[in-house]
Amino acid sequence: MTIDVADRRPEPRVDNQDPALFGQTPSQTVGPFFHYGLPWKGGADLVGQSDMGARPELFPEAHYVLNQSSPTGTPVGAVIELTGRVLDGQGAPVPDAMIEIWQADAAGRYAGEPGSDPHFVGFGRAATAEDGSYRFRTILPGAIGAGHAPHVALSVFGRGLIKRLATRLYFDGQAGNEADPVLSAVPVERRATLIATASGDGVWTLDIALQGERETVFFDL
Amino acid sequence: MSYAREDAGAPPSLFPDYGSTRTRAPLQPPLRVPQTRTETTGPAGWDRLMGPSLADLTTQHGGVPQGQRIIVTGRVLDEDGRAVPDTVMEIWQANAAGRYIHGKDQWDAPHDPNFTGAGRVVTDAEGRYRFVTVRPGAYPWGNHRNAWRPAHIHLSLLGPAFATRLVTQLYFPDDPLIEIDPIANAVPMPYRQRMVARFDMDVTEPNWALGYRFDVVLKGREQTPFEEDDHDH
Ligand SMILES: [Fe+3]
Repeated sequence: MTIDVADRRPEPRVDNQDPALFGQTPSQTVGPFFHYGLPWKGGADLVGQSDMGARPELFPEAHYVLNQSSPTGTPVGAVIELTGRVLDGQGAPVPDAMIEIWQADAAGRYAGEPGSDPHFVGFGRAATAEDGSYRFRTILPGAIGAGHAPHVALSVFGRGLIKRLATRLYFDGQAGNEADPVLSAVPVERRATLIATASGDGVWTLDIALQGERETVFFDL
Repeated sequence: MSYAREDAGAPPSLFPDYGSTRTRAPLQPPLRVPQTRTETTGPAGWDRLMGPSLADLTTQHGGVPQGQRIIVTGRVLDEDGRAVPDTVMEIWQANAAGRYIHGKDQWDAPHDPNFTGAGRVVTDAEGRYRFVTVRPGAYPWGNHRNAWRPAHIHLSLLGPAFATRLVTQLYFPDDPLIEIDPIANAVPMPYRQRMVARFDMDVTEPNWALGYRFDVVLKGREQTPFEEDDHDH
């Protein structure tokens, strides 16, 4: 018996479709050239409709195909700014990193949970600037339950980062920091790497050190 | 409820052959912490966040881009084989000559005015996705003498939760550069082959485009919590 030429198929290989290899797809770096593909204008503004978050100056305007944030309404809560710099092991700024945030609304509910603020998406994305800085406009999250301190989950991506680095940002002086189940799992001498400090006008600052003496605590998720 | 930790196929953060990891990879081991609702929830309403679907990268401009038109399709699953529906996959890539539209890409290959290389698709109820693009070219980079990246498409997935976030790269089955590329090599064998798409005649469309199949597998759910579940919910 012969197989019709139109029905012939290449021999299967050891690849993505091999059942023997089925398991988590491994992580790879975003590389240095993600700016026209990931951080959209407004991605770093969870409150209003500004252009924060993108780096459109890094590619021709005709090739901006990402979202332009559209009006949705103002979320409930105290408006704050989260800012800081991403630094490498030699203390040099990292200009080709990207930060994502995920946080609860002012009442401590995540988007999609019953009763959550319909005007708050809780997710944001910001490319770092040439000086390694990131900046988000958001609202102060509520505690997600008794015993938890208000916090923002952070993901760090970048050239040289084969895997996403996950961490949290806490707020200096907030009630509950001492009892928080995640913060209290961090060795005392390294906790400061997760605690943003207030600099007035609702601005909270936290540098992210990828490596070195004050290396940020990253989580095994 | 919590999500599984990474499996044996996960690369290390520090992989010195990939030079940029030497000053950027954390040197402390990642800290294992209990998962709370922060880690087990994730953003929904991806189109409200990122805008409408951009599934065809060959029709974003006035003309047809240069290069080999391809279809890439497959499913997004969790490691227990369950479909991950309604999740966004963002993609970005170089053009057929291996050049990114990015201003800092100094490789001396031509830009293509008809090709940006960025797209976005969302999975259906069975976790399926499909996009149309051109096959990207290999390109040189500065990691070491005569360093060339294998042709690849960058993929970014949110998945159902903060814990399932994944950024990876799709490679092509007929590319000899994969086995000597420091970024692909950070993933040990045989797991590296999980990032290699399969050429598929059943995806290929006559007189139109070659087809590749690629499934993305995200972390699965664990029923036994690591320390304690959140007591409030
Ligand atoms: Fe690339």
